[in-house]
Amino acid sequence: MASHDSSMSQEEIRKANTKKVIRIALILFVVTVIEFALAFIWPDGSDRTLLNVLFIVLTIVKAFYIVSEFMHLGHEVPVLMYSVVLPLVFIVWLVVALMNEGSAIFNSFMGG
Amino acid sequence: MSSATTVVKNPKEDVWNGGKSPMKASYGKLMMWFFLLSDAFTFSALLISYLMVRFTHPQFELPYSEFFFSDLHWPIPEKVFNAAPFLHGADLPLLFVGIMTFILILSSVTMVLAVEAGHRMDQKDVEKWMIWTIIGGVAFLACQAWEWSHFIHGTEEGLILSDGTKFFGANLAHNEYGPPLFADFFFFITGFHGLHVTSGVILNIIIFYNVVMGVYQRRGHYEMVEKVGLYWHFVDLVWVFVFTLFYLI
Repeated sequence: MASHDSSMSQEEIRKANTKKVIRIALILFVVTVIEFALAFIWPDGSDRTLLNVLFIVLTIVKAFYIVSEFMHLGHEVPVLMYSVVLPLVFIVWLVVALMNEGSAIFNSFMGG
Repeated sequence: MSSATTVVKNPKEDVWNGGKSPMKASYGKLMMWFFLLSDAFTFSALLISYLMVRFTHPQFELPYSEFFFSDLHWPIPEKVFNAAPFLHGADLPLLFVGIMTFILILSSVTMVLAVEAGHRMDQKDVEKWMIWTIIGGVAFLACQAWEWSHFIHGTEEGLILSDGTKFFGANLAHNEYGPPLFADFFFFITGFHGLHVTSGVILNIIIFYNVVMGVYQRRGHYEMVEKVGLYWHFVDLVWVFVFTLFYLI
C-alpha cells in the first residue's frame, strides 16, 4: 500500500481535520451557553414567547451543525441530502396542524 | 433470444438505471440514514404531543419567584430540575442537565474524531476516540439514572394534597411537582431517549471490539465506525431537542 503525500503529511492532515471538528464543537458550546444565559437573564414575570422562539431558533442552529458537519450530510451528494431533509417538512405540518386543530380532541371526549 | 438491440445511453444520464450508487453511499449507510429519519419522526411526535399537552394544561401565571408546586398547574422545569449529586439541598436550576448536555455533545465530538481517524486508517486513534465516546455515553446514562432516582424519590417538602396528606416523589399516577402527565412525559421521553443512548453504547462497544481486533483495518475502510457514528450523533441531536423543549421552554 503506497503512502502518498499529497500536499500535506498524515500528521498535518490529522491536525487540520481535528481543528475543523473542534471549531464546530466550540460553536455548539457557545450556542448552548447563550441558551442558558437567555434562560437566566429573562426578566421574571415578563412574557416568554420571544424567549421560547429564540430557544427554538438556537436549537435549530445546533441541529444544523450536528447534521451538516458531524453527520457529514452537508458534504453528501445533494440527492441524499434532500432525501433526508425534505421529509422533515412533515414535522412543520404536524406542529401547525396541532396548534390550529389540536384542541378539538378535548372537545370530542371531555365535553368541550 | 431477442434480436432487438439496446441503445446504451450516455453513462452520465444513466445514473438511475442500476449498477451504480446514485447517492454515492453504500447500502448500509443509506439504510442508517432512512432509519434515523423514521426515528426522527417518532421523537418529533413525542415531543410535539408533549408541547401540546403541556400548553393545554393550566399554566402558572405569576412570576417565577412566587412559584409553588401544585397538581393544578404545569410546573416550571427549572424549579423541578434544580438538584445535583453531592450538592444536597442546593438550588441549582438546570445545572445538572447542563452537565449532561455537555457530556453528550463532547462524546459526539470524540465520535467525529474517531470517524476522522478511520478515514486515515489510523487504528490506534480510532480506538482512542471510540473509548472516550463510550465513556461519555456511560457517564450520560449514569447521570440520567441519578436524575430519575432523584425525581422518583422527591424532595423533602413534598406536596400537600387536597385531603391534607403529603405526597413525595413521582410515579405514573401522581407526582409532587404537577399534573400526572408531567411525570408520565418525563419518564417516557427521557426514558425512550435513554434507551437509544443505551443501545448506542452497546453498538459502540461491539464496533470498538471489532476495531481493536483489526477487522476494519483488514477490510480497508472504517465505514462501520461512520455508521454507528451517525446513530450516535442522532442520539445527541435528539437530546439537544429534548433539552430545549422539556427543560428550557
